[in-house]
Amino acid sequence: MKRFALIGGIYSNWRALETALSDIARRQVDATFCLGDLGAFGPYPDRVFPVLQQAGVLCLQGNYDHSLACGLADCQCGYTDPRDNHFADLSYDYTFRHTSPAHKAWLGTLPMSRRLDVNGTRLLLCHGSPRKINEFLWESTSPDGFLAYLLDEAGVDVLCVTHTGIKWHRDLGGGRHVVNVGALGRPENDGTPRVWYALLTIGATSGVEFIPIEYDHEALAADMHAERLPAEFIETILSGWWTTCLEVLPQKERARGRF
Amino acid sequence: MTSAAAVALGHLDNLWIQVSGTQCNIECRHCFNNSGPRATTFGHMTLEAVNGAIAAASARGVRDIYFTGGEPFLNVELLEMIACALAVAPTTVLTNGMLISDRIADRLAGLANDARYSLEVRVSLDGYTEEMNDAIRGRGVFRVALAGAVRLARRNLLPLITIVRTWDDADELATLAGFARVLKEAGCDRPRIKVLPPLPLGRELTRIAGLQRDECVTTAMLDGFDRDLLMCSNSRLVTDRGVWVCPLLVEQPDARLGTTLDDAASSYELRHQACVTCWRYGTICGNVSGHIEGPDLAGAPEAR
Repeated sequence: MKRFALIGGIYSNWRALETALSDIARRQVDATFCLGDLGAFGPYPDRVFPVLQQAGVLCLQGNYDHSLACGLADCQCGYTDPRDNHFADLSYDYTFRHTSPAHKAWLGTLPMSRRLDVNGTRLLLCHGSPRKINEFLWESTSPDGFLAYLLDEAGVDVLCVTHTGIKWHRDLGGGRHVVNVGALGRPENDGTPRVWYALLTIGATSGVEFIPIEYDHEALAADMHAERLPAEFIETILSGWWTTCLEVLPQKERARGRF
Repeated sequence: MTSAAAVALGHLDNLWIQVSGTQCNIECRHCFNNSGPRATTFGHMTLEAVNGAIAAASARGVRDIYFTGGEPFLNVELLEMIACALAVAPTTVLTNGMLISDRIADRLAGLANDARYSLEVRVSLDGYTEEMNDAIRGRGVFRVALAGAVRLARRNLLPLITIVRTWDDADELATLAGFARVLKEAGCDRPRIKVLPPLPLGRELTRIAGLQRDECVTTAMLDGFDRDLLMCSNSRLVTDRGVWVCPLLVEQPDARLGTTLDDAASSYELRHQACVTCWRYGTICGNVSGHIEGPDLAGAPEAR
């Protein structure tokens, strides 16, 4: 049996990342994987790199990381709404300016996916979907048949993604699972400041446990305030409700939120 | 003349179903498929035919199901069709909103709440004032359609307001702000908006006669282009008269690919002006979170 910690969507939240990695260290996992998007929203983007590297976390490239590494003009989240674009631009421009050239170059060296074989169980880890780095796999818009197709095409039994910022798990039967590991960088639009990661067990019976992380979110908000990041981003960290990047939320996920 | 590029169907992500044919209770000035009260180019689909198409698409791992028309709510079996679709995939209904009574809104909210997948209701408006909207969609439409959208919003079934861009680029922000303000004042306190480009088809083609150019999507235009943004690469439309390559080209005889989904997987040459619009704007028919331009993972660095 193997047990992996899966984290994603760090969004420069170095405080939640440190707390989560301390929690993971107590759980004796076989490896910790980060599924990408190290930057966005939060303060001091360079701070997450040494934390991840010193903990030996195996990282993948997310769309944000790809944009930063390639010097692209935006984060590739595909917003069309002017308000969402305004805040996405603020977030991306800040992160781009405050990520060192060495860290940007390191992001460019990260793989976009990772395959594992655990005693015959085949796993694929990626950021958005096996097809695209920025394809959103939301719980309410990922039907069973479509997920089975993705598993078949990739030739795997277990698929792990992030990108949406909201966790979920689908057991398709026959040892086939799809897991969205959620995000450590910001709360999941549920009105609480906690963030989440996933513990994946692969063995005779495979399964997923989502772990809530309570961290010093008020200190992060103070960091963000000091960096003059938008009040809307700080409100999300404090309240747990998403205030921006709302356009891409499907009906069900949007209706659960406040904005 | 340069030849048109051909695009093959990859995976059937999107199943479009023209449930009410081209029958509509209004007659919009820019309608791309000439729908209207007397339009009979396409007819209503039966519940049996719709369920059959849903089952066939579900077996292929479809990701999204869309109901369109005409006006879908003119098909009296629509709610049963939505229930059937929602059982297997997220489902979207494209409506003018005029037939969304309290009873219909209650039923839709019930279906949405009971389903594992999202139900999106896209309500078309083309102006944030009666004058602006009704000049395009017909007299009295604004007030009734807005009331329909508000009924949905009050049930937390947040409608996606779909607007065809009929203003100048310079007016973009002010116009969208106008929509948001009016929607909030009316009771849609969390407005969701999707803007579509005008499509050079149907009545819009007549309206812009003389202004259009003779263009097609060439192979060179697809070089380095993300084909996932083109409907023909991931979608098919079923009607009462066969399967079409996409919902936009439903009046083009060459865009009919077969009788069933099974025989409609062939590639299609992008020879129409509307194909250029699709190429230029990308993902124009899907919901906002559908296909987004970005790097494919095929061939990307992979770790083991």
